[in-house]
Amino acid sequence: MSASDAPSERAASPRRSWGPLALALPALVLLVAVIGYPLATIVIRSFTEPQAGLQNYSWFFSTPVNLVVLQRTFTISAWVTLVCVFCAYPFAYAMTAVGPKLRMLLTLCVLIPFWVSGVVRTLSWVILLQDSGVINSMLRSVGLDGVRLIRTQTGVIIGMAQVLLPFMVLPLYSVMKGIDLRLVQAARSLGAGPIRAFFTVYLPLSLPGVYAGAIIVFILALGFYITPALLGGPRSTMLSTLVQNQVLSLLQWGRGGAMGVVLLVATFLLLALAGPLMRQRHKQGTR
Amino acid sequence: MTMHPLTRVLLGLACILVGLWLVAPTLVVVPMSFNENKSLAFPPQGFSWQWYQNFVTNPEWSTSFFNSLKVAVVVAILATVLGTLAAFGLDRMRARPAGLLRMLLLTPMVVPGVVLAIGIYAVYLDARLVGTMTGFVLAHTILALPFVLIAVQASLEVFDKRLETAAASLGAGRIATFRTVTLPLIAPGILSGLLFAFVTSFDEIIVSLFITSPYMKTLPVQIFTSITRDADPTVAAVGTILLCATTILIGGGLLLLGRDRRSSL
Repeated sequence: MSASDAPSERAASPRRSWGPLALALPALVLLVAVIGYPLATIVIRSFTEPQAGLQNYSWFFSTPVNLVVLQRTFTISAWVTLVCVFCAYPFAYAMTAVGPKLRMLLTLCVLIPFWVSGVVRTLSWVILLQDSGVINSMLRSVGLDGVRLIRTQTGVIIGMAQVLLPFMVLPLYSVMKGIDLRLVQAARSLGAGPIRAFFTVYLPLSLPGVYAGAIIVFILALGFYITPALLGGPRSTMLSTLVQNQVLSLLQWGRGGAMGVVLLVATFLLLALAGPLMRQRHKQGTR
Repeated sequence: MTMHPLTRVLLGLACILVGLWLVAPTLVVVPMSFNENKSLAFPPQGFSWQWYQNFVTNPEWSTSFFNSLKVAVVVAILATVLGTLAAFGLDRMRARPAGLLRMLLLTPMVVPGVVLAIGIYAVYLDARLVGTMTGFVLAHTILALPFVLIAVQASLEVFDKRLETAAASLGAGRIATFRTVTLPLIAPGILSGLLFAFVTSFDEIIVSLFITSPYMKTLPVQIFTSITRDADPTVAAVGTILLCATTILIGGGLLLLGRDRRSSL
């Protein structure tokens, strides 16, 4: 739509081209001042503090602890993404299959967590997972004693996946909603069993939703700070906590900045890689 | 489409489990908030309102609550105005620069929170903005702006521009057209942007943790420090209050929406 609008507008009033920019200008100024300038400061400090050079980066990549945490951050994010995909898939499918009343209820289930304060949701996981918590007292009553959930990687994954699940369900649902179920019926009528019809017809058609959701979840998980800080322990530290530690406790702005830049680069690399996948989805949508 | 009964049962079961997983854990704060002992251990003992009293009377809690409220109200207004203006600007631009600027304005959503937080903290230390109302408002506004932009852009996309042309051809000036035609039609988008901006600011924790000071704390910061410091059930009381407030807000919104739809039929 915008492509066909653009030429006529340009031809009609060339002088109007500065007006729209002026409308967006206040937001852009704020963006530069509160996002652009601070990020630039961090990048510059990572190269200049305490001395100019690459020593902060060589320190980061030569210290075993950092590499362990970096790897763990990616592992935890991958697990969280995997858990989200497997939980969200049947849920999103059910949202497309049920009647309007039930769909409303399922949508509410997804949206309520969106609205409840993130800190409060993490707090409830602290209450549930702690050693004297709900889950442990239930496990104890069936004879499983001394299962540690809080301050473990499992606890962090459970909590993070719950917080991020809506970001997986919503894109999946919006793609599944558009799948023509007659295609599945056609496959069935041509002799494919239900399992084969699912894997050869429905699953490939829903993959764009899986990709979109997985990328959002993975990127958000990489930068998670609150949930790992409250649910995790020393053996489940993620990169964000290390950054915070370097800056607030050790006042090492250069080292903290370098870690931050690594995290930032990883995020934007993933987004860039995701670009082609998203474009593919667009093409499929218009076809 | 007909489904195998076994598939149906399995799907229903999966749905119930996932739905429970999404909603139930948060509810655990409700019983904990009436605990008689100063502990977050489960199950709670006895019944008392003391933690709610503590929330109201303890200045640490009530001040942080009002700080959050003040910041969130200012942020909601500021972000909505800036975001709506930007959405209009982008809508009237050529596709390519509009797409680029939109991507730039959405970056606050994807930049890892801690990286942003240390950057803002560094700049605020130099500008003496740490622990100030202005500091909180500026940071939260830029974080809330993407939500306003998305909401308003979505409603501008379905808005039929020929209506503006029609109003203009009937003699309405640009301001009159905007006030009587454009604004009422995209009001739902602006309103949901406003709500999202408010919630984003009221909930924001990562940047707040860095730019906070003993004299200026927001509610999430207070909750976070309380969880890390001791097992004070006041956090559960605050959580319950927030839970009720959101439920009422969403419930009210849905009811209003339902009534609107019915009256328009």
